[in-house]
Amino acid sequence: MIRLIRSYKFLRLRKTSVQYFSARTNMDLKDIKSDTKSSQLKNSSSFMMNIFRGKMLSAEVFPYPDVLVADEKELILSLVDPFEKFFTEINSASRNDENSSIDGTVLNKLWELGAFGIQVPEKYGGLGLGNTQYGRLCEILGANDLSVGITLGAHQSIGFKGILLFGTQQQKEKYLSKLTTEKVYAAFALTEPSSGSDAGSIRTRAVKSDDGNYFILNGSKIWISNGGVADVMTVFAQTEQVDLATGEKKDRVTAFIVERSFGGVTNGPPEKKMGIKASNTTEVYFDNVKVPIDNVLGGEGNGFKVAMTILNNGRFGMGATLAGTMKFCIQKAVEHANNRVQFGKKIKEYGCIQEKISQMNILQYATESMAYTISQNMDKGSKEYHLEAAISKIFASESAWYVCDEAIQILGGMGYMKEAELERVLRDLRIFRIFEGTNDILRLFVALTGIQYAASNLKFLQRAFKNPANNFGIVSTEISRRVSTSIGLGTIDFNPHIAPELQNYGKKAANCIELFGKSVERLLVRYGKNIINEQYILKRLSNAAIDIYSMVVTLSRASRAIKLNLPTAQHELNMTKVLCIQASNRCMDNLRNTSAESELEMIDVMEEIAREVCNKGGVNTTHVITN
Amino acid sequence: MSRVLVGVKRVVDYAVKVRVKPDKTGVVTEGVKHSMNPFDEIAVEEAIKLKEKKIASEIIAVSVGPTQSQEVIRTALAMGADRGVHVEVSGKDYDLLQPIHVSKILAKLALDEKADLIIVGKQAIDDDSNQTAQMTAAVLDWPQGTFCNKVEKTDAGLNITREIDGGLETIKTKIPAVLSADLRLNTPRYATLPNIMKAKKKPLKKVTPKDLGVDTTPRIEVVSVEEPPVRQAGALVPDVDALVGKLKEGGHI
Repeated sequence: MIRLIRSYKFLRLRKTSVQYFSARTNMDLKDIKSDTKSSQLKNSSSFMMNIFRGKMLSAEVFPYPDVLVADEKELILSLVDPFEKFFTEINSASRNDENSSIDGTVLNKLWELGAFGIQVPEKYGGLGLGNTQYGRLCEILGANDLSVGITLGAHQSIGFKGILLFGTQQQKEKYLSKLTTEKVYAAFALTEPSSGSDAGSIRTRAVKSDDGNYFILNGSKIWISNGGVADVMTVFAQTEQVDLATGEKKDRVTAFIVERSFGGVTNGPPEKKMGIKASNTTEVYFDNVKVPIDNVLGGEGNGFKVAMTILNNGRFGMGATLAGTMKFCIQKAVEHANNRVQFGKKIKEYGCIQEKISQMNILQYATESMAYTISQNMDKGSKEYHLEAAISKIFASESAWYVCDEAIQILGGMGYMKEAELERVLRDLRIFRIFEGTNDILRLFVALTGIQYAASNLKFLQRAFKNPANNFGIVSTEISRRVSTSIGLGTIDFNPHIAPELQNYGKKAANCIELFGKSVERLLVRYGKNIINEQYILKRLSNAAIDIYSMVVTLSRASRAIKLNLPTAQHELNMTKVLCIQASNRCMDNLRNTSAESELEMIDVMEEIAREVCNKGGVNTTHVITN
Repeated sequence: MSRVLVGVKRVVDYAVKVRVKPDKTGVVTEGVKHSMNPFDEIAVEEAIKLKEKKIASEIIAVSVGPTQSQEVIRTALAMGADRGVHVEVSGKDYDLLQPIHVSKILAKLALDEKADLIIVGKQAIDDDSNQTAQMTAAVLDWPQGTFCNKVEKTDAGLNITREIDGGLETIKTKIPAVLSADLRLNTPRYATLPNIMKAKKKPLKKVTPKDLGVDTTPRIEVVSVEEPPVRQAGALVPDVDALVGKLKEGGHI
């Protein structure tokens, strides 16, 4: 029956010479000219975006990307040792932590080492590395000293990334070599006292001078990494923009390159923080700072986009960094487990310890697999990695917290001591769940961006269904897809992409993706636009998405290991199997919970509990010892 | 102004715990981290110092070994050497390569390149031969300054402070000469990342021993390589008498 519909469709389509046939796998509908309104459907190449439509687009995940050519690989491998040597022989993370600062001599060595311009083109004195190569160095930072990592990251991953991504030729010439070789620090200044996650609500304002040559910048920023040392900052401020179509005046965010030397730029004292103490964090104030018009970055009114692009672009680095941090924690834990004897046996012999060690390694493997999937897709030129990058940031920061915590647990009392260095790592890495988009906001971002994408598809389908005669191809494809999912045949098949040993596990992931698509649709039907207010549900959906991505990247990487016959292939296979079992179970639960009545009732009760406690201003119970 | 030839050997990294191959023909090198012999790093650093003082005009880093030896040449280039020569020896010839072969190669290259000074590490941390500098000097019939602690240029040649068992010895040599670097000669610099990138563009010439007219046919045969014996567990004795008794029993006193 289905086959009949398809062949009929194919004939008809040939007649109308429209490429509907590809619609089943990749709604490539660019060529449809007839009804522009109903046929304009924006298609994303992102794997994660498409699972919101219940579809699998394999190009970005299968086979596991492998973008570095031999020369590029050799280059990065030749940089690894000297970079590591700096950390083992010159830098001391515990000393930096103790002093809450990095020694001047150590910083100078870092500048000499070339660590401040890793992705800056060689013509400006940088190393000109791609994202994947940068990621490999981030791993070393993460394994050795997160404070140094943040100092370097605040400088180049966000501080002047805007100049690399949006800068004019003139801006690049003026700033990049200074920022790479002349010991000039950069910072990224977005957050304000009243504007954290809600970045669009910043109050810093820039007013254009009457002659149009300058902007006068006023406002203050908080928690700016390198705020006390940066001489060049990427600053975001509200500017008044006139809508060309309507003539209406509106506030839009604009990005500026601000030099301390412009005058009027000051900063507060270094903040006293829980961790990453040696990284300089301050408030920064702008008092009538005269910013030349040439220092607008990325065009007037485009600041929000500039900020989000910079943050999106830098996020993958956190995954790679924390993969390195986890390696360090695992090594500490394993050293201890291999040597510590209790009850007459090495503690590595005990199930309690073994389970921890396995779990820690599985999370590390998935984090690393995500980071290098994303970095390599970015290097391939993909522009649509924002969901994946957000997921990898969430996954990496939460996995690292777990792994470090468990490493401390394995070491027991020893782990609680400063000497073991794990307490510092735990404090240092806590910030990763908060900064550059809190994990909570990123979860909503993932769910809502995906849902919006799915909704555009649904609207498109709705229009197609209203006029099935003209859109027979689309309608029949959709019907056949739905028929096959609903009768359990499944339209998603991992088998061509993964190792035979993993087929059962690929099936689990495929089932998750199918249920995911259906769940999104169900939510859209049920809540419509109001889905944006259903944070409890969005969080569950997002968690399901994260689990799916972790399964897919590990399935892909382990299959690569098998194909290349790597000596660690069996080990990678084992970790992938366990991860798929855990993640698919959790994912299915979360997806069911987006609509299960019992869960929705529970959510209502939780809402009520939170409301009561907030009204009371604290715990709202009657103490057992009371008259 | 003089040209300096520096010998750099690729060895198993000092931090690696070496393991003997099951067939006892040598140690496991596959998948093991390698780096430049630490004494050779000191030799390279000394050559760079001479160049910075304008005593040397050009530094040529030489490594004898398989293709991977080019890695240590690149490191030398990143530190500051000007160009590299890779003398390719691999397989069984390399496994059994001895200082006698290397010294002949270095001597021939020194003549070909018109070098005025050869600096090598006093020994390699893998086979600990401590012969290459001495043999090279002999082949060339040049003066030698081994175990250098300090090297100073004078009008007549070099003032060299050497580390010897009893302390330090100062000698004078003429140039050309062969030097070997001891541990305290200097602290080698780090190869910075931009310099590593630049090193990729520096010239690296590949030659074979045959090109140089040196025969590297093995002259030795490895009979067996053994792990050091595992230390026997100790035992506690209750008092001095018991200790003396045990020692007598073991024939130690």
